[in-house]
Amino acid sequence: MLPRLGPPLAILLLAGPIIAGLLGTLLPAFGYLPALGGNDFTTSHFQKLANEPGIGTSAALAIIAGLVTTAISLAVVMLFVAGWAGTRIFARIQQLISPLLAVPHAAAAFGLAFLIAPSGMLSRLVSPELSGWQRPPDLLIVHDAMGLSMIAGLVVKEIPFLLLVTLAALPQVDLARTRLLTASLGYGRVSGFVFGVWPPVYAQIRLAVFAAIAFATSVVDVAAILGPTAPATLAVRLTRWMQDPDLSMRFFASAGALLQLGVTVSALLAWVGMERVGSAICMAMSGRGHRFRHDRTLRNLALAAMLLAALTVASGLVTLGIWSCAGLWQFPDMLPQQFSARAWQNTAPRIGAPLATTFLVAALSTLIAVFLAVLCLIREGETGRSNGRSALLFIYLPLIVPQVAFLFGLQLMFVLSGTVASMPALVLAHLIFVMPYVFLSLSDPWRAYDRRYEAVAAGLGKRRWTTLFRVRLPMLLRAVLTAAAVGFAVSVGQYLPTLLIGAGRLDTITTEAVALASGGNRRVIGVYAFLQLILPILGFAVATLLPALIFRNRRALRA
Amino acid sequence: MVCAAASLVLSMPALAGDPDATKWNAVLEDARGETVYFNAWGGAQNINAYLEWAGTEIEKRYGVKLVHVKLDDTANAVAKVVAEKAAGKNSGGTVDLIWINGENFAAMKAQGLLFVPGWAEDLPNRKFVDVEDKPTIKSDFTVPVDGLESPWGMAKLVFFHDSANTDVAELPKSASELLTWAQKHPGRFSYPQPPDFIGSSFLKQLLIETISDRALLQKPVDEAMFSEVTAPLFAYLDVLNPLMWRRGKAFPQNYPAMKQLLADNEVDIIFAFNPSEASSAIAAGELPDTVRSFTFPGGTLSNTHFVAIPYNAAAKAGALVLADFLISPEAQGRKQDPAIWGDPTVLNVAALSVADRARFETIDLGVATLKPDELGPTLDEPHASWMERIETEWKRRYGAAN
Repeated sequence: MLPRLGPPLAILLLAGPIIAGLLGTLLPAFGYLPALGGNDFTTSHFQKLANEPGIGTSAALAIIAGLVTTAISLAVVMLFVAGWAGTRIFARIQQLISPLLAVPHAAAAFGLAFLIAPSGMLSRLVSPELSGWQRPPDLLIVHDAMGLSMIAGLVVKEIPFLLLVTLAALPQVDLARTRLLTASLGYGRVSGFVFGVWPPVYAQIRLAVFAAIAFATSVVDVAAILGPTAPATLAVRLTRWMQDPDLSMRFFASAGALLQLGVTVSALLAWVGMERVGSAICMAMSGRGHRFRHDRTLRNLALAAMLLAALTVASGLVTLGIWSCAGLWQFPDMLPQQFSARAWQNTAPRIGAPLATTFLVAALSTLIAVFLAVLCLIREGETGRSNGRSALLFIYLPLIVPQVAFLFGLQLMFVLSGTVASMPALVLAHLIFVMPYVFLSLSDPWRAYDRRYEAVAAGLGKRRWTTLFRVRLPMLLRAVLTAAAVGFAVSVGQYLPTLLIGAGRLDTITTEAVALASGGNRRVIGVYAFLQLILPILGFAVATLLPALIFRNRRALRA
Repeated sequence: MVCAAASLVLSMPALAGDPDATKWNAVLEDARGETVYFNAWGGAQNINAYLEWAGTEIEKRYGVKLVHVKLDDTANAVAKVVAEKAAGKNSGGTVDLIWINGENFAAMKAQGLLFVPGWAEDLPNRKFVDVEDKPTIKSDFTVPVDGLESPWGMAKLVFFHDSANTDVAELPKSASELLTWAQKHPGRFSYPQPPDFIGSSFLKQLLIETISDRALLQKPVDEAMFSEVTAPLFAYLDVLNPLMWRRGKAFPQNYPAMKQLLADNEVDIIFAFNPSEASSAIAAGELPDTVRSFTFPGGTLSNTHFVAIPYNAAAKAGALVLADFLISPEAQGRKQDPAIWGDPTVLNVAALSVADRARFETIDLGVATLKPDELGPTLDEPHASWMERIETEWKRRYGAAN
């Protein structure tokens, strides 16, 4: 009866801390926090927020970034899968893109900034010979007011995420036969996919898309590295208010955290509206019989966009790598004047303990998350979807509620119970963020699993548990391992929860990296970006290689 | 109300069992075996390495273990103490010592979050500290220190330029000359975006140079007079803003970002709050060895940075031992060496013993560091309230919806 415990356990472990944390935000937002002298309820902090210079711009930037980033990423993924699924090129690109998921957002953003800045790598490639620039041009590219660099940085990271969840959903629709059918009706490759295959795929990845929107509206590190600064996006400003030495700012910051919540929800609602419009357009076009037979250009564009995303992150990382062993490297030199191992030598003696903590916390939180997710999904299968879904709504809270909105309150709770800075507390804090991603990655392939396999097993007289372990789990092994790898990468990338709940005593590679990144030293950032990459890449390697190894004699299960 | 709270805190007796810095042998005995969680900015590897050295030394000498909790912002440590106080955790806290600046100190003092009574003046090594010539050691951003924090290093605003690219004869000697220089070289100067500490310090420098009556700055802001007395400052900034890097539509986020702009040849003049930053950067291969320093003959801003103990620290005795070690001539001499850190000492070097004096006199300050007598006069920090108002006004004018 273990599965019955799944949903309540998930709610207790996940929604509990978030609700407590949110209360710890909600009360101060309305003026109540006796420890800081707030004894009465008031809306004055919201009034102050409304008068904050540029607050409307900051909020609008967040909403636009959320919608544009997701729309572009999703369009690229959809058109690419539509045009190329099943081809050899598709398999190649898939191998190229998947590791990008493991690249921490901050590292990818730093890499992009080094590429596109006026004094960056691209400019150095053409200077001074082609451009005539002895000095970098005074152009506002990184930190541009429209947030275009930030959106680019988010797009190159959302594409691998959305591609991965799409790939996980794809086996559950009959791609090959639908394609044959649409082709026989005269549809082009892309339009056949968009009209015939995409709707059920999208239904499966919809929550992942919501997560992408919520993430892009509230991201702190990418926005701080690439986004506008005058004013910055809401989440960046909010994080600063939270850290303001003037403690009365906590009330104001809490009000801001609620505004961030509103911004994220608005973006999600706007997206739901866009979904309607999009599906109406599709219906209208297919209704009129447009078949879009000649879509070679569109297919090639989608491929180019995919390659560009991969190349951008990869060359950004290479540039970071060169910086990590650069001596003096001035504009317009294409390569450093000297190379130096100093940054690596300085780092080497200090990485053992943080690396071990990172691994331990990530491994434990991922294991628990996978276990809980499987229990919840089994239970959901037993009781029917609607029942399971309403309970599991809580699991998605951490993806939709911006971290900053509830972490201070959560920290308070751990301090109260005297467990702050302990390993179990840190694992639990990570679990809150790991679990939704694991669940998101796993639930749709799990739900779309063809239960007739189980019916056949039952017909052969196999018990429920035998069916689970011998039939369903092996068939879903890839999905389970992929979900675990995603969860592992999410844990490795956690900064704020580690800092607050670990109380700075449990250092991970990421807390070290962000602390050092605040010093802005590109050499050190380069070193830590690579250290941050090691563990998630290992995770994805295991997720890719293990099924291939286990199923080396079962062709249909290998791919 | 803040004043009332502060005086209440100061009159509070020490909790029973708290270490007493006047009984140093008992402190040493208490401290043995303790682990001190020192919350300090972790963004520079040379500083981190210095703290590792300090940790090895105090473990060897006093049996006190040092753990450096690396912060990206000091306010995070304050936030931890606040959260603990909110949770009623009035002893056994997670923060034992904080590397602190004026604003955070003022906030913690006002909120009663510091270990009382004043202990800093009772430390054995306090006798070497230069209280006479460094007035900022007794008053941090005009807030009386009252022995609630112990000085660790000195800061002074110093400008840097690359002598290979910039005409030395043209370099500005005051804020008004800087504006003239910017008009001749548009797009070649910027400052970190307030409320970054260095950026705000630059605004303070401009405020001091443009205000008609400097005595006003030693008192809290008088709201009625604010716009009148700061009118020259904002008139100055209105002219400067469009002349800056990226036409003032974006700003570097901190000093290291500004340092990178100089290395990338995106700007010509940068500044730091530590005279030996440029020498350290040259030694680390981050800046070319043609970089040199200059200051304003009329004086530049200077202050002191400190360490403080939270009221609920778990290892108060250990924190006292560490704070004392950090102002020993040995630790201070090592810290001033640009090859190690390059942070100016808080000690009165002239009054030290011959051997200790030699530690300082033999330091190679590096090509880009001005000698102490070339640094020019010092200007005192305005009261903390000025910065808050100026930052707000700055944000309204230049930091939002450009």
